[in-house]
Amino acid sequence: MSTATMAGVEVRLNEEGFFEDPTQWTEDMAVEMAKADGIDTLTDQHWTVIKFMRKEFFEKGTGPTVRVLGKTSGVSVKDLYALFPKGPAKMAARIAGIPKPKGCI
Amino acid sequence: MVVKNQTHKIVILGGGTGGTLTANRLRRHYRNHDVHITVVDQDDHHVYQPALLFVPFGLAHEQEIVRPRHRQLHKDVEFVQQAIDRVDLDRDTVVLEGGRELPYDVLVVATGATLALDETEGLTGPGWNERVFTFYDLAGATALEAALADFDGGKLLVNVVDLPIKCPVAPLEFCFLADWYFNERGIRDKVQITYATPLDGAFTKPVASERLSTLLAEKGVELVTEFNTGEVMGESEDGTGGKLVGYDGRELDFDLAVVVPLHSGAAYVGRSEGLGDDLNFVPTDQHTLQSKARPNVFAIGDATNVPASKAGSVTHFEGEVLVDNIIRFLAGEPLAEGYDGHANCFIETGFGKALLIDFNYDTEPLPGHFPAAVGMPLLKESRLNHLGKLMFQWVYWHALLQGRDIPGIGTTMPENGKDHPTDRTHEEITV
Repeated sequence: MSTATMAGVEVRLNEEGFFEDPTQWTEDMAVEMAKADGIDTLTDQHWTVIKFMRKEFFEKGTGPTVRVLGKTSGVSVKDLYALFPKGPAKMAARIAGIPKPKGCI
Repeated sequence: MVVKNQTHKIVILGGGTGGTLTANRLRRHYRNHDVHITVVDQDDHHVYQPALLFVPFGLAHEQEIVRPRHRQLHKDVEFVQQAIDRVDLDRDTVVLEGGRELPYDVLVVATGATLALDETEGLTGPGWNERVFTFYDLAGATALEAALADFDGGKLLVNVVDLPIKCPVAPLEFCFLADWYFNERGIRDKVQITYATPLDGAFTKPVASERLSTLLAEKGVELVTEFNTGEVMGESEDGTGGKLVGYDGRELDFDLAVVVPLHSGAAYVGRSEGLGDDLNFVPTDQHTLQSKARPNVFAIGDATNVPASKAGSVTHFEGEVLVDNIIRFLAGEPLAEGYDGHANCFIETGFGKALLIDFNYDTEPLPGHFPAAVGMPLLKESRLNHLGKLMFQWVYWHALLQGRDIPGIGTTMPENGKDHPTDRTHEEITV
């Protein structure tokens, strides 16, 4: 575990850079993390995905996989990759301040 | 809710591994006038699925691996051959296609996973079953046998689109057996074998992943990781090879592609209000196997969403816990949290050898021996494991489906015999 300062607040991150505590997250932090990941501007579509992932996480305890995102978020898998080129589930989860979606076994 | 002197109705959807062993175990526990057991399936062909891996290489054939479903069931279990339209949870009733209704006191969902071929663009388009195959059903495995026999060299690409899939080690086994097969045919040097996976390694669990990556390298199989298949192009413009296109723009050329498609739960689960999740798997308590849909609905095997492998061994180990909990439920007793995620898989590695892995929710596959310190080697190639894999088909038809315990192999994962990373550290310190 490590800590980082985002939007002027100290937050706890795990070794892969995911939030330890999703409630520490704010929208300003998402903007900062996205920039660091090469996304200069978060569009409405980005926010749709980010908010959907947080909603799913708080309802179900884990973020959705790319396939489920494609089926349920209203954004197609192809578009998800265009929005989050480094892999939608992982990259969007990190920016959304939730843990890495649980891999399947 | 349980009334005495009443015959309980237990309806089991699916006559595969989970449905069959559950029905037979329940039948042996209850007297006939205490419960009526019905198993529903759309067909009467029970396929021994572990052998599908061997079909493309001519090592198993349809007639050896398919038996009638009804013949695997106890004579006092009713078998209904009909497709399922939906489950009406509010009325505790299964509605079959054609309109027949089966009311239940306890429902068991055991309809496994189905292949979602349509979810991958181009998969069943040009080149399907000519240059692009899957061995995950009998028709595909049989078609692939002919294609492999005609294959004289070129690029063989093995691809997993995304997890979850049945038997997550099977695609790796396919690579190992392909290496062996082309060696036997004397053309291994003319065949380039590539394994493309969406994972960041050969397998999901670190210790096994490292061991399996090494094996792939030893056998000259190229490993491509984090490849997310966006489209299958089974035929190029000049009519020669095809290619897989990843969502990130990467392209992998092939002369022959073996694709493991996306999996979903059965379609009727999606038509049953409140029963399944977004992929039609049934949200299920991972220790009790009670569904989250209703207290009187249970699920087993590939049909559930529990975080265990979709594999016959998992279904077998779940069976004992499931049946115990159905008995408890009907008696009005609290359920037991008996299932620990135990899975046990032989991994065929070619040349008459196999690995064995044994793990559960908390313990990843580790080296050592199974079922105890003296036994079959874990995570290590051996002829004994290969023989174990071959022998297992007999055990499957004669003991596992009948719902009998297999001597020496318990439901919960044995700790004895496993070399934990901490044990090894301890050894290093003391040696």
